[in-house]
Amino acid sequence: MLQIEGLSSHYGRIQTLDGVDLSIGEGELVSLVGANGAGKTTLLRCVSGVQPVSAGRILFDGRDITRASSHRRVKLGIAQVPEGRQMFGPLSVEDNLRLGAFRRRGPKVADDLERMYTRFPILKEKRKQPAGTLSGGQQQMLAISRALMSHPRLLLLDEPSMGLAPLLVSEIFDTIRLLKDHGTTIFLVEQNAYAALGIATRGYVLETGRVVLADSGRALLENERVKTAYLGL
Amino acid sequence: MPPAFVELLQFLLSGVTSGAIYALVALGFALIYNASHVINFAQGEFVMLGGMVTWVLLSQGIDLPLAVLGAVGLTMLVGLLLEKLAIEPVRNANVVTLIIITIGAAIFLRGLTSVTLGKDLHALPAFSGNEPLDLMGATIMPQSLWILGTTALIVLLLHVFFNYTLLGKAILATSHNRLAARLMGINVNFVLLLSFGLSALLGAIAGILIAPITATHFEVGIMLGLKGFAAAILGGLGSGLGAIVGGLLLGIIESLGAGYISSDYKDAMAFVVILGVLFLMPSGLFGKRGTERV
Repeated sequence: MLQIEGLSSHYGRIQTLDGVDLSIGEGELVSLVGANGAGKTTLLRCVSGVQPVSAGRILFDGRDITRASSHRRVKLGIAQVPEGRQMFGPLSVEDNLRLGAFRRRGPKVADDLERMYTRFPILKEKRKQPAGTLSGGQQQMLAISRALMSHPRLLLLDEPSMGLAPLLVSEIFDTIRLLKDHGTTIFLVEQNAYAALGIATRGYVLETGRVVLADSGRALLENERVKTAYLGL
Repeated sequence: MPPAFVELLQFLLSGVTSGAIYALVALGFALIYNASHVINFAQGEFVMLGGMVTWVLLSQGIDLPLAVLGAVGLTMLVGLLLEKLAIEPVRNANVVTLIIITIGAAIFLRGLTSVTLGKDLHALPAFSGNEPLDLMGATIMPQSLWILGTTALIVLLLHVFFNYTLLGKAILATSHNRLAARLMGINVNFVLLLSFGLSALLGAIAGILIAPITATHFEVGIMLGLKGFAAAILGGLGSGLGAIVGGLLLGIIESLGAGYISSDYKDAMAFVVILGVLFLMPSGLFGKRGTERV
Protein backbone atom coordinates (compact mmCIF):
# COMPACT_ATOMS: atom_id res chain seq x y z
CA MET A 1 0.00 0.00 0.00
CA LEU A 2 2.79 2.40 0.94
CA GLN A 3 6.17 2.26 -0.72
CA ILE A 4 9.10 4.47 0.20
CA GLU A 5 12.12 4.38 -2.11
CA GLY A 6 15.48 6.03 -1.41
CA LEU A 7 13.90 8.78 0.67
CA SER A 8 16.09 11.64 1.91
CA SER A 9 15.08 14.77 3.76
CA HIS A 10 16.85 17.79 5.24
CA TYR A 11 16.16 20.41 7.89
CA GLY A 12 18.12 23.28 6.44
CA ARG A 13 21.58 21.85 5.86
CA ILE A 14 21.19 18.98 8.29
CA GLN A 15 20.28 15.68 6.67
CA THR A 16 17.85 13.69 8.79
CA LEU A 17 16.91 10.90 6.36
CA ASP A 18 19.39 9.21 4.05
CA GLY A 19 18.05 6.87 1.40
CA VAL A 20 15.30 5.14 3.37
CA ASP A 21 13.54 2.17 1.73
CA LEU A 22 10.43 0.87 3.42
CA SER A 23 7.12 -0.69 2.50
CA ILE A 24 3.81 -1.32 4.20
CA GLY A 25 1.25 -3.80 2.91
CA GLU A 26 -2.53 -3.60 3.21
CA GLY A 27 -3.68 -4.52 6.73
CA GLU A 28 -0.19 -4.58 8.22
CA LEU A 29 0.94 -2.93 11.43
CA VAL A 30 4.50 -1.82 10.82
CA SER A 31 6.56 -0.40 13.68
CA LEU A 32 9.52 1.90 13.28
CA VAL A 33 11.83 2.05 16.27
CA GLY A 34 14.98 3.99 16.91
CA ALA A 35 16.65 6.43 19.27
CA ASN A 36 15.82 10.10 19.70
CA GLY A 37 16.88 12.05 16.62
CA ALA A 38 17.15 8.98 14.38
CA GLY A 39 14.65 10.58 11.98
CA LYS A 40 11.50 8.67 12.87
CA THR A 41 9.25 11.72 13.12
CA THR A 42 10.76 13.20 9.95
CA LEU A 43 9.94 10.01 8.06
CA LEU A 44 6.30 10.11 9.19
CA ARG A 45 6.05 13.78 8.28
CA CYS A 46 7.39 13.06 4.81
CA VAL A 47 4.62 10.50 4.39
CA SER A 48 1.90 12.89 5.56
CA GLY A 49 3.33 15.69 3.44
CA VAL A 50 4.27 18.30 6.04
CA GLN A 51 8.03 17.82 5.60
CA PRO A 52 9.69 18.38 2.22
CA VAL A 53 11.45 15.46 0.56
CA SER A 54 14.88 16.14 -0.97
CA ALA A 55 15.33 12.85 -2.83
CA GLY A 56 13.47 9.60 -3.42
CA ARG A 57 9.83 8.70 -3.91
CA ILE A 58 6.74 7.91 -1.88
CA LEU A 59 4.11 5.71 -3.54
CA PHE A 60 0.62 5.22 -2.13
CA ASP A 61 -1.42 2.53 -3.91
CA GLY A 62 1.20 2.71 -6.65
CA ARG A 63 0.56 6.42 -7.16
CA ASP A 64 3.48 8.83 -6.73
CA ILE A 65 2.54 11.27 -3.94
CA THR A 66 6.05 12.63 -3.25
CA ARG A 67 5.00 16.17 -4.25
CA ALA A 68 1.31 15.99 -3.31
CA SER A 69 0.03 18.54 -0.78
CA SER A 70 -0.83 17.36 2.72
CA HIS A 71 -4.57 18.01 2.22
CA ARG A 72 -4.53 15.93 -0.95
CA ARG A 73 -2.99 13.05 1.01
CA VAL A 74 -5.66 13.26 3.70
CA LYS A 75 -8.22 12.94 0.94
CA LEU A 76 -6.39 9.88 -0.45
CA GLY A 77 -6.66 8.24 2.98
CA ILE A 78 -3.52 9.04 4.95
CA ALA A 79 -4.00 10.44 8.46
CA GLN A 80 -1.35 11.23 11.04
CA VAL A 81 -1.59 11.38 14.82
CA PRO A 82 1.26 13.80 15.46
CA GLU A 83 3.85 13.64 18.19
CA GLY A 84 2.77 15.61 21.24
CA ARG A 85 -0.89 15.21 20.23
CA GLN A 86 -1.21 18.76 18.81
CA MET A 87 -4.71 19.58 19.98
CA PHE A 88 -6.60 22.66 18.86
CA GLY A 89 -6.46 23.63 22.53
CA PRO A 90 -9.10 26.36 22.86
CA LEU A 91 -11.58 24.54 20.57
CA SER A 92 -13.99 22.04 22.08
CA VAL A 93 -13.40 18.29 22.01
CA GLU A 94 -16.25 17.91 19.53
CA ASP A 95 -14.88 20.65 17.25
CA ASN A 96 -11.51 18.90 17.24
CA LEU A 97 -13.26 15.73 16.09
CA ARG A 98 -15.32 17.52 13.45
CA LEU A 99 -12.18 19.12 12.04
CA GLY A 100 -10.74 15.62 11.71
CA ALA A 101 -13.48 15.04 9.13
CA PHE A 102 -12.75 18.34 7.35
CA ARG A 103 -12.14 16.69 3.98
CA ARG A 104 -15.22 14.54 4.23
CA ARG A 105 -18.41 16.58 4.84
CA GLY A 106 -21.82 15.06 5.06
CA PRO A 107 -24.35 13.49 7.42
CA LYS A 108 -22.11 10.46 8.03
CA VAL A 109 -19.91 12.63 10.25
CA ALA A 110 -22.50 12.49 13.05
CA ASP A 111 -22.42 8.66 12.99
CA ASP A 112 -18.63 8.73 13.20
CA LEU A 113 -18.80 11.07 16.18
CA GLU A 114 -21.04 8.57 17.93
CA ARG A 115 -18.64 5.72 17.14
CA MET A 116 -15.71 7.67 18.63
CA TYR A 117 -17.79 8.48 21.71
CA THR A 118 -18.68 4.81 22.12
CA ARG A 119 -15.01 3.86 21.90
CA PHE A 120 -13.92 6.57 24.36
CA PRO A 121 -16.91 7.54 26.56
CA ILE A 122 -14.81 10.12 28.42
CA LEU A 123 -14.68 12.18 25.19
CA LYS A 124 -18.47 12.29 25.08
CA GLU A 125 -18.59 13.42 28.68
CA LYS A 126 -16.16 16.24 27.93
CA ARG A 127 -17.29 17.05 24.40
CA LYS A 128 -18.11 20.70 25.14
CA GLN A 129 -14.85 21.37 26.99
CA PRO A 130 -11.78 22.94 25.41
CA ALA A 131 -9.46 20.16 24.25
CA GLY A 132 -6.57 21.84 26.06
CA THR A 133 -8.15 21.08 29.44
CA LEU A 134 -8.03 17.29 28.90
CA SER A 135 -5.41 15.13 30.59
CA GLY A 136 -2.54 13.71 28.55
CA GLY A 137 -4.20 10.32 28.13
CA GLN A 138 -7.53 11.84 27.16
CA GLN A 139 -5.77 14.09 24.64
CA GLN A 140 -4.11 11.05 23.09
CA MET A 141 -7.49 9.33 22.76
CA LEU A 142 -8.83 12.51 21.17
CA ALA A 143 -5.83 12.76 18.82
CA ILE A 144 -6.37 9.18 17.63
CA SER A 145 -10.13 9.66 17.28
CA ARG A 146 -9.61 12.92 15.41
CA ALA A 147 -7.35 11.19 12.90
CA LEU A 148 -9.87 8.34 12.50
CA MET A 149 -12.62 10.84 11.63
CA SER A 150 -11.11 11.14 8.14
CA HIS A 151 -11.61 7.38 7.54
CA PRO A 152 -7.92 6.79 6.90
CA ARG A 153 -6.77 3.68 5.08
CA LEU A 154 -3.27 4.30 6.43
CA LEU A 155 -2.94 5.61 9.98
CA LEU A 156 0.39 7.13 10.99
CA LEU A 157 1.00 7.15 14.75
CA ASP A 158 3.87 9.20 16.14
CA GLU A 159 4.91 8.29 19.70
CA PRO A 160 1.38 7.66 20.98
CA SER A 161 2.68 6.47 24.37
CA MET A 162 4.92 9.46 25.02
CA GLY A 163 4.46 11.01 28.44
CA LEU A 164 1.63 8.71 29.51
CA ALA A 165 1.28 6.68 32.71
CA PRO A 166 1.91 2.89 32.25
CA LEU A 167 -1.76 2.02 32.64
CA LEU A 168 -2.69 4.47 29.87
CA VAL A 169 0.13 3.21 27.67
CA SER A 170 -1.33 -0.28 27.69
CA GLU A 171 -4.79 1.16 26.99
CA ILE A 172 -3.44 3.03 23.97
CA PHE A 173 -1.68 -0.09 22.70
CA ASP A 174 -4.91 -2.09 23.15
CA THR A 175 -6.65 0.49 21.01
CA ILE A 176 -3.98 0.25 18.32
CA ARG A 177 -4.29 -3.54 18.25
CA LEU A 178 -8.07 -3.22 17.97
CA LEU A 179 -7.76 -0.81 15.04
CA LYS A 180 -5.43 -3.24 13.28
CA ASP A 181 -7.87 -6.10 13.86
CA HIS A 182 -10.55 -4.00 12.21
CA GLY A 183 -8.40 -3.77 9.09
CA THR A 184 -6.74 -0.34 9.39
CA THR A 185 -3.20 -0.31 8.05
CA ILE A 186 -0.95 1.26 10.69
CA PHE A 187 2.53 2.74 10.64
CA LEU A 188 3.65 3.14 14.24
CA VAL A 189 6.66 5.15 15.39
CA GLU A 190 7.71 4.47 18.97
CA GLN A 191 10.54 4.81 21.41
CA ASN A 192 8.89 2.11 23.47
CA ALA A 193 10.44 -0.54 21.24
CA TYR A 194 9.31 -3.52 23.29
CA ALA A 195 5.60 -2.70 23.08
CA ALA A 196 5.79 -1.46 19.49
CA LEU A 197 7.55 -4.56 18.12
CA GLY A 198 5.34 -6.80 20.25
CA ILE A 199 2.17 -5.83 18.37
CA ALA A 200 3.80 -5.30 14.95
CA THR A 201 3.55 -7.58 11.91
CA ARG A 202 6.88 -6.20 10.76
CA GLY A 203 9.38 -3.71 12.10
CA TYR A 204 12.17 -1.43 10.97
CA VAL A 205 15.06 -0.04 13.01
CA LEU A 206 16.21 3.45 12.08
CA GLU A 207 19.64 4.80 13.05
CA THR A 208 20.84 8.30 12.05
CA GLY A 209 18.50 8.46 9.09
CA ARG A 210 19.12 4.96 7.68
CA VAL A 211 17.22 1.71 7.99
CA VAL A 212 19.69 -0.71 9.64
CA LEU A 213 17.37 -3.65 10.33
CA ALA A 214 14.10 -4.87 8.86
CA ASP A 215 12.31 -8.05 9.89
CA SER A 216 9.13 -9.40 11.43
CA GLY A 217 8.26 -7.85 14.79
CA ARG A 218 8.92 -11.10 16.62
CA ALA A 219 12.32 -11.63 14.98
CA LEU A 220 13.41 -8.10 15.86
CA LEU A 221 12.46 -8.66 19.50
CA GLU A 222 14.84 -11.66 19.48
CA ASN A 223 17.61 -9.81 17.63
CA GLU A 224 20.75 -9.33 19.77
CA ARG A 225 21.46 -5.87 18.41
CA VAL A 226 17.91 -4.68 19.12
CA LYS A 227 17.99 -6.28 22.55
CA THR A 228 21.09 -4.43 23.66
CA ALA A 229 20.40 -1.10 21.97
CA TYR A 230 16.64 -0.67 22.42
CA LEU A 231 15.30 -3.16 24.90
CA GLY A 232 17.96 -2.72 27.58
CA LEU A 233 18.41 -6.46 27.94
CA MET B 1 -30.80 67.30 31.01
CA PRO B 2 -27.84 69.09 32.62
CA PRO B 3 -25.51 70.55 29.98
CA ALA B 4 -22.52 68.65 31.32
CA PHE B 5 -24.37 65.38 30.75
CA VAL B 6 -25.44 66.35 27.24
CA GLU B 7 -21.86 67.31 26.46
CA LEU B 8 -20.54 63.98 27.73
CA LEU B 9 -23.21 62.09 25.77
CA GLN B 10 -22.24 64.01 22.65
CA PHE B 11 -18.57 63.06 23.08
CA LEU B 12 -19.48 59.42 23.69
CA LEU B 13 -21.69 59.27 20.59
CA SER B 14 -18.98 60.63 18.35
CA GLY B 15 -16.48 58.34 20.13
CA VAL B 16 -18.38 55.13 19.44
CA THR B 17 -18.98 56.21 15.85
CA SER B 18 -15.30 56.48 15.02
CA GLY B 19 -14.63 53.60 17.43
CA ALA B 20 -16.82 51.30 15.35
CA ILE B 21 -14.71 52.13 12.30
CA TYR B 22 -11.50 51.43 14.22
CA ALA B 23 -13.03 48.15 15.36
CA LEU B 24 -13.65 47.07 11.76
CA VAL B 25 -10.07 47.91 10.82
CA ALA B 26 -8.76 46.14 13.93
CA LEU B 27 -10.78 43.03 13.05
CA GLY B 28 -9.05 43.05 9.67
CA PHE B 29 -5.68 43.08 11.42
CA ALA B 30 -6.78 40.25 13.72
CA LEU B 31 -7.96 37.99 10.87
CA ILE B 32 -4.67 38.11 9.00
CA TYR B 33 -2.61 37.99 12.18
CA ASN B 34 -4.38 34.83 13.27
CA ALA B 35 -3.90 33.10 9.96
CA SER B 36 -0.22 33.98 9.55
CA HIS B 37 1.13 36.08 12.46
CA VAL B 38 1.65 38.78 9.87
CA ILE B 39 0.60 42.34 10.72
CA ASN B 40 -0.79 43.56 7.44
CA PHE B 41 0.16 47.23 7.16
CA ALA B 42 -1.78 47.46 3.91
CA GLN B 43 -4.98 47.20 5.99
CA GLY B 44 -5.37 51.02 5.91
CA GLU B 45 -5.09 50.92 2.13
CA PHE B 46 -8.11 48.59 1.96
CA VAL B 47 -10.00 51.30 3.89
CA MET B 48 -8.81 53.98 1.50
CA LEU B 49 -9.69 51.90 -1.60
CA GLY B 50 -13.21 51.31 -0.30
CA GLY B 51 -13.90 55.05 -0.08
CA MET B 52 -12.01 56.11 -3.21
CA VAL B 53 -13.47 53.48 -5.52
CA THR B 54 -16.99 54.25 -4.28
CA TRP B 55 -16.38 57.90 -5.10
CA VAL B 56 -15.12 57.07 -8.61
CA LEU B 57 -18.12 54.86 -9.35
CA LEU B 58 -20.55 57.48 -7.98
CA SER B 59 -18.93 60.17 -10.14
CA GLN B 60 -19.57 57.92 -13.17
CA GLY B 61 -23.28 58.18 -12.39
CA ILE B 62 -23.63 54.73 -10.80
CA ASP B 63 -26.16 54.38 -7.97
CA LEU B 64 -24.86 54.24 -4.40
CA PRO B 65 -25.71 50.57 -3.64
CA LEU B 66 -24.04 49.40 -6.85
CA ALA B 67 -21.05 51.67 -6.28
CA VAL B 68 -20.64 50.25 -2.77
CA LEU B 69 -20.82 46.68 -4.08
CA GLY B 70 -18.31 47.47 -6.80
CA ALA B 71 -15.88 49.11 -4.38
CA VAL B 72 -16.11 46.23 -1.89
CA GLY B 73 -15.62 43.68 -4.68
CA LEU B 74 -12.63 45.48 -6.16
CA THR B 75 -10.98 45.94 -2.77
CA MET B 76 -11.44 42.25 -2.00
CA LEU B 77 -9.85 41.44 -5.34
CA VAL B 78 -6.87 43.62 -4.39
CA GLY B 79 -6.61 41.79 -1.05
CA LEU B 80 -6.69 38.39 -2.74
CA LEU B 81 -4.10 39.46 -5.32
CA LEU B 82 -1.85 40.82 -2.57
CA GLU B 83 -1.89 37.41 -0.88
CA LYS B 84 -1.48 35.43 -4.10
CA LEU B 85 1.25 37.54 -5.69
CA ALA B 86 3.20 38.97 -2.76
CA ILE B 87 2.68 36.79 0.32
CA GLU B 88 2.11 33.20 -0.84
CA PRO B 89 5.22 32.92 -3.07
CA VAL B 90 7.42 33.73 -0.04
CA ARG B 91 5.22 31.98 2.50
CA ASN B 92 8.17 30.40 4.29
CA ALA B 93 10.06 33.66 4.78
CA ASN B 94 10.09 34.93 8.34
CA VAL B 95 7.27 37.08 9.64
CA VAL B 96 9.26 40.33 9.66
CA THR B 97 9.97 39.93 5.93
CA LEU B 98 6.26 39.41 5.27
CA ILE B 99 5.38 42.50 7.32
CA ILE B 100 7.83 44.58 5.30
CA ILE B 101 6.21 43.24 2.12
CA THR B 102 2.83 44.53 3.35
CA ILE B 103 4.39 47.96 4.02
CA GLY B 104 5.69 47.93 0.45
CA ALA B 105 2.28 46.92 -0.83
CA ALA B 106 0.70 49.80 1.11
CA ILE B 107 3.07 52.34 -0.47
CA PHE B 108 2.42 50.82 -3.90
CA LEU B 109 -1.38 50.97 -3.51
CA ARG B 110 -1.20 54.55 -2.26
CA GLY B 111 1.01 55.56 -5.16
CA LEU B 112 -1.14 53.80 -7.71
CA THR B 113 -4.26 55.51 -6.35
CA SER B 114 -2.70 58.98 -6.40
CA VAL B 115 -1.52 58.50 -9.98
CA THR B 116 -4.79 57.08 -11.33
CA LEU B 117 -7.42 58.86 -9.21
CA GLY B 118 -5.59 62.03 -8.23
CA LYS B 119 -4.74 63.65 -4.92
CA ASP B 120 -7.97 65.54 -4.26
CA LEU B 121 -10.18 65.20 -1.25
CA HIS B 122 -13.62 63.79 -2.06
CA ALA B 123 -16.74 63.72 0.07
CA LEU B 124 -19.30 60.98 -0.37
CA PRO B 125 -22.94 61.85 0.19
CA ALA B 126 -24.37 60.56 3.47
CA PHE B 127 -26.45 57.42 2.91
CA SER B 128 -29.61 58.85 4.52
CA GLY B 129 -29.20 62.59 4.37
CA ASN B 130 -27.71 65.08 6.82
CA GLU B 131 -30.67 65.76 9.09
CA PRO B 132 -29.30 65.33 12.65
CA LEU B 133 -31.38 63.28 15.06
CA ASP B 134 -31.93 64.29 18.67
CA LEU B 135 -30.97 61.90 21.45
CA MET B 136 -31.59 63.23 25.00
CA GLY B 137 -30.34 66.66 23.97
CA ALA B 138 -27.32 65.41 22.05
CA THR B 139 -27.37 65.04 18.28
CA ILE B 140 -26.44 62.08 16.17
CA MET B 141 -26.07 61.99 12.40
CA PRO B 142 -27.95 59.32 10.43
CA GLN B 143 -24.59 58.24 9.01
CA SER B 144 -23.47 57.34 12.54
CA LEU B 145 -26.45 55.00 12.80
CA TRP B 146 -25.40 53.41 9.50
CA ILE B 147 -21.90 52.92 10.90
CA LEU B 148 -23.05 51.44 14.21
CA GLY B 149 -25.70 49.23 12.60
CA THR B 150 -23.42 47.88 9.88
CA THR B 151 -20.62 47.22 12.35
CA ALA B 152 -22.99 45.37 14.67
CA LEU B 153 -24.26 43.27 11.76
CA ILE B 154 -20.72 42.41 10.63
CA VAL B 155 -19.69 41.45 14.15
CA LEU B 156 -22.73 39.19 14.36
CA LEU B 157 -21.97 37.57 11.00
CA LEU B 158 -18.33 37.00 11.93
CA HIS B 159 -19.41 35.50 15.24
CA VAL B 160 -21.70 33.05 13.46
CA PHE B 161 -19.03 32.24 10.86
CA PHE B 162 -16.32 31.47 13.41
CA ASN B 163 -18.47 29.66 15.94
CA TYR B 164 -21.00 27.76 13.86
CA THR B 165 -19.38 26.85 10.54
CA LEU B 166 -16.72 24.20 9.93
CA LEU B 167 -14.79 26.55 7.63
CA GLY B 168 -14.71 29.25 10.31
CA LYS B 169 -13.50 26.72 12.85
CA ALA B 170 -10.87 25.50 10.39
CA ILE B 171 -9.52 29.06 10.26
CA LEU B 172 -9.40 29.19 14.07
CA ALA B 173 -7.78 25.76 14.15
CA THR B 174 -5.10 26.93 11.71
CA SER B 175 -4.31 29.90 13.93
CA HIS B 176 -4.00 27.68 17.02
CA ASN B 177 -1.99 24.86 15.48
CA ARG B 178 -0.86 25.11 11.89
CA LEU B 179 0.79 21.67 11.79
CA ALA B 180 -2.28 19.88 13.12
CA ALA B 181 -4.47 21.86 10.71
CA ARG B 182 -2.41 20.62 7.77
CA LEU B 183 -2.65 17.05 9.07
CA MET B 184 -6.46 17.39 9.20
CA GLY B 185 -6.39 18.15 5.48
CA ILE B 186 -6.99 21.88 5.87
CA ASN B 187 -5.40 23.80 3.01
CA VAL B 188 -3.58 26.47 5.01
CA ASN B 189 -2.75 28.52 1.91
CA PHE B 190 -6.46 28.77 1.20
CA VAL B 191 -7.06 29.85 4.80
CA LEU B 192 -4.52 32.62 4.34
CA LEU B 193 -6.11 33.69 1.05
CA LEU B 194 -9.52 33.73 2.69
CA SER B 195 -8.27 35.84 5.58
CA PHE B 196 -6.85 38.45 3.20
CA GLY B 197 -10.13 38.51 1.30
CA LEU B 198 -12.16 38.94 4.50
CA SER B 199 -9.81 41.61 5.84
CA ALA B 200 -10.09 43.55 2.60
CA LEU B 201 -13.87 43.24 2.82
CA LEU B 202 -13.93 44.67 6.36
CA GLY B 203 -11.50 47.43 5.44
CA ALA B 204 -13.48 48.46 2.36
CA ILE B 205 -16.74 48.60 4.33
CA ALA B 206 -15.09 50.74 7.02
CA GLY B 207 -13.73 53.11 4.38
CA ILE B 208 -17.10 53.48 2.67
CA LEU B 209 -19.00 54.05 5.91
CA ILE B 210 -16.65 56.75 7.20
CA ALA B 211 -16.17 58.59 3.88
CA PRO B 212 -19.36 60.71 4.17
CA ILE B 213 -18.14 62.00 7.57
CA THR B 214 -14.41 62.54 7.09
CA ALA B 215 -14.20 62.60 3.26
CA THR B 216 -11.80 60.34 1.40
CA HIS B 217 -8.37 60.88 -0.05
CA PHE B 218 -5.50 58.68 -1.28
CA GLU B 219 -3.68 59.03 2.06
CA VAL B 220 -6.66 58.49 4.34
CA GLY B 221 -5.55 54.89 4.93
CA ILE B 222 -2.39 55.83 6.79
CA MET B 223 -4.11 57.31 9.82
CA LEU B 224 -7.10 54.94 9.81
CA GLY B 225 -4.77 51.96 9.46
CA LEU B 226 -2.60 53.09 12.34
CA LYS B 227 -5.59 53.75 14.55
CA GLY B 228 -7.05 50.35 13.73
CA PHE B 229 -3.66 48.90 14.62
CA ALA B 230 -3.67 50.80 17.93
CA ALA B 231 -7.15 49.42 18.62
CA ALA B 232 -5.97 45.88 17.83
CA ILE B 233 -2.98 46.28 20.19
CA LEU B 234 -5.22 47.70 22.92
CA GLY B 235 -7.65 44.80 22.66
CA GLY B 236 -4.93 42.19 22.29
CA LEU B 237 -3.62 41.26 18.84
CA GLY B 238 -5.48 38.32 17.36
CA SER B 239 -8.52 38.56 19.60
CA GLY B 240 -11.82 39.28 17.84
CA LEU B 241 -13.52 40.52 20.99
CA GLY B 242 -10.39 42.54 21.76
CA ALA B 243 -10.53 44.24 18.36
CA ILE B 244 -14.12 45.36 18.95
CA VAL B 245 -13.61 46.54 22.53
CA GLY B 246 -10.24 48.09 21.63
CA GLY B 247 -11.78 49.97 18.71
CA LEU B 248 -14.70 51.38 20.69
CA LEU B 249 -12.46 52.25 23.64
CA LEU B 250 -9.95 54.04 21.41
CA GLY B 251 -12.75 56.00 19.74
CA ILE B 252 -14.10 57.10 23.12
CA ILE B 253 -10.65 57.96 24.51
CA GLU B 254 -9.98 60.07 21.42
CA SER B 255 -13.24 61.90 21.56
CA LEU B 256 -13.06 62.56 25.31
CA GLY B 257 -9.46 63.70 24.93
CA ALA B 258 -10.40 66.02 22.10
CA GLY B 259 -13.42 67.32 24.01
CA TYR B 260 -12.00 67.83 27.49
CA ILE B 261 -8.29 68.42 26.82
CA SER B 262 -7.75 69.80 23.35
CA SER B 263 -8.70 68.70 19.86
CA ASP B 264 -5.06 69.29 18.88
CA TYR B 265 -4.25 66.04 20.67
CA LYS B 266 -7.00 63.96 19.04
CA ASP B 267 -4.71 62.03 16.70
CA ALA B 268 -1.99 61.70 19.33
CA MET B 269 -4.31 59.70 21.60
CA ALA B 270 -3.98 56.55 19.50
CA PHE B 271 -0.21 56.59 19.85
CA VAL B 272 -0.32 57.35 23.57
CA VAL B 273 -2.58 54.30 23.84
CA ILE B 274 -0.10 52.12 21.91
CA LEU B 275 2.77 53.21 24.15
CA GLY B 276 0.72 52.78 27.31
CA VAL B 277 -0.39 49.28 26.34
CA LEU B 278 3.09 48.17 25.31
CA PHE B 279 4.59 49.45 28.58
CA LEU B 280 1.92 48.26 30.96
CA MET B 281 0.23 45.18 29.46
CA PRO B 282 1.90 44.05 26.25
CA SER B 283 -0.68 41.38 25.49
CA GLY B 284 -3.57 43.87 25.55
CA LEU B 285 -6.97 43.43 27.17
CA PHE B 286 -7.94 40.07 25.69
CA GLY B 287 -4.72 38.90 24.06
CA LYS B 288 -3.00 35.59 24.64
CA ARG B 289 -0.44 35.74 27.39
CA GLY B 290 3.19 35.31 26.37
CA THR B 291 3.47 31.89 27.96
CA GLU B 292 1.42 28.89 26.99
CA ARG B 293 0.94 25.57 28.66
CA VAL B 294 2.49 22.90 26.50
